[in-house]
Amino acid sequence: MATLVYVEHHEGEPVKGSLGVLGKAAQLGDDVAAVLLGSGVEGMAEAVGRHGASRVFVADDPALEAPLPQPRVDVLATLVESEGFDNVVFGASVLASDVAAGLAARLDAGLNWDLVDLELKDGKLVGKRPALGDSVIVEVGWKNEPRLALVRSGTFEPAETGGSAEVTKVPVEIQDFSRQAVMVEQAHEESQGPSIEDADVIVAGGRGLGKSENFSLVEDLAKALGGAVAATRAVVDAGWYPYSTQVGQTGKTVSPKLYIACGISGAIQHKVGMQGSGTIVAINKDPNAPIFEYSDLAVVGDVHEIVPKLTELVREKRGS
Amino acid sequence: MKVAVCVKEVPDASAPKRLDPETFRLDRGVAGALNEFDTHAIEEGLQLKDKGGEGEVVAVLMGPERAADSLRKALAIGADRAVHVSDEGLVGSDLVATSKALAKALEREGADIVLFGQQAGDSDGAVLWAAVADHLRLPVISQAASLEASDGKVKVKRQTEYGYDVIEAPVPCVVAVSDAINEPRYPSLKGIMGAKKKPRETVSLSDLGLAAEDAGEPGSRTEVYGLSDPPSRGESERIEDDGPAAAEKIVDYLSSQKLI
Repeated sequence: MATLVYVEHHEGEPVKGSLGVLGKAAQLGDDVAAVLLGSGVEGMAEAVGRHGASRVFVADDPALEAPLPQPRVDVLATLVESEGFDNVVFGASVLASDVAAGLAARLDAGLNWDLVDLELKDGKLVGKRPALGDSVIVEVGWKNEPRLALVRSGTFEPAETGGSAEVTKVPVEIQDFSRQAVMVEQAHEESQGPSIEDADVIVAGGRGLGKSENFSLVEDLAKALGGAVAATRAVVDAGWYPYSTQVGQTGKTVSPKLYIACGISGAIQHKVGMQGSGTIVAINKDPNAPIFEYSDLAVVGDVHEIVPKLTELVREKRGS
Repeated sequence: MKVAVCVKEVPDASAPKRLDPETFRLDRGVAGALNEFDTHAIEEGLQLKDKGGEGEVVAVLMGPERAADSLRKALAIGADRAVHVSDEGLVGSDLVATSKALAKALEREGADIVLFGQQAGDSDGAVLWAAVADHLRLPVISQAASLEASDGKVKVKRQTEYGYDVIEAPVPCVVAVSDAINEPRYPSLKGIMGAKKKPRETVSLSDLGLAAEDAGEPGSRTEVYGLSDPPSRGESERIEDDGPAAAEKIVDYLSSQKLI
């Protein structure tokens, strides 16, 4: 079973989600290849090899520099057909989702999305997709090859296998209609500290903080723990915090080792973005807040009193 | 400016949902509603038409007969005309099969801009537009937080994990809008009354020139094997202790879990 993993990159580094998917694919089968598409991306091949790919296909072309989906579909379609890959696996992102869906149409191939696990059952690839607000897992499959799989972001942790990959250059031919969308500006928010996808600890704030200024409580605790700050959709919509930190159905999916939710009621839209976290601590003054149903430690109390004290104690303990 | 807006009927968010134990598909026996995310696409279509001063907003829906109610709602909100892609042969369509049928329906319309909402409220799918655009061989831009159309092109601010991109594309093109793009209007009483008089067309597979083997279950490339329970989180602990003392208990807990 030959598997190709699409490796996305940002600022010259493969993203954690893609490397995690690569590690999972390497566990499932013996022949796992990765593909890097972009401009000046060959240097990342080594890191990709260390994370489980035995071969890395590199499509290096100025036409692939902007993170736009359609030129990538053109290159991938040719690569998948010429190499005869059985599976193509993507870690979900805004870009990867569009690439995967475009490729599905182009190759007339099945795409299963939002997968939180992949396994082999009697030699057959099975994907697991949560449904109905993650209350049930649907086991999904593919009728024929190639099978396209889009894995929910933050699902798998990357693992260094220490291997090295054979690098193969891929020809880049872009169709006319794929060149029509053009990137004219990229305004990326400068984030401080670790990004929420990469952080082991996330401290998240919700509307229960009362006002935008109170986000400093969350920031201080995150800093003391060496973690990142996340926000709920409600506070992002209210303009308290940038969208890039939004966790939930319409934001990012995160799975840190520790997730501390401050003043978050925990509506389903938030739950789906963070319930894969290792340990969930929730602080909320409403004893009936839904977030307590899926917290490991439920703290009923006032965030304004508890969080500053918690920050102080963590600083003492960690000497930070 | 002619705008086609793709909309979907999903189970009413307030109704209890279940999966059919036989087919593992969402039980459509519960009340349906227009996918809320799609109301942002309708709103954006109406705004594009208003700004352009002329044009048409066509709502396109694929779904069973009963989904006509959702199409009627799209008309009540302000769409000028509705196309209902409905055929027994479409039942069970997955992404690939759905995208083929929708692309055929959209080809007939020849709109300047095809709009989608950012996801389906039932399946959480956020993939259809890119597949449809590939069939139509049109440029696609997703996660649009703002959209301007002028001089035969669109300028879109796309939300990504890292911030905002500004992307331009000539029309015709496909754009999926984020729910941050606008505040959708509600249907007015006049809109609701007027919706009944607006043109509605139902199209079948044969109207679309789509073969039975390319639609519905035969045209689908994915399948469902079964259902299982999600992993349980285990026991949880609770502290009901208002005040700073709770902080100490949290630290103890985190230490016991070796998290600090």
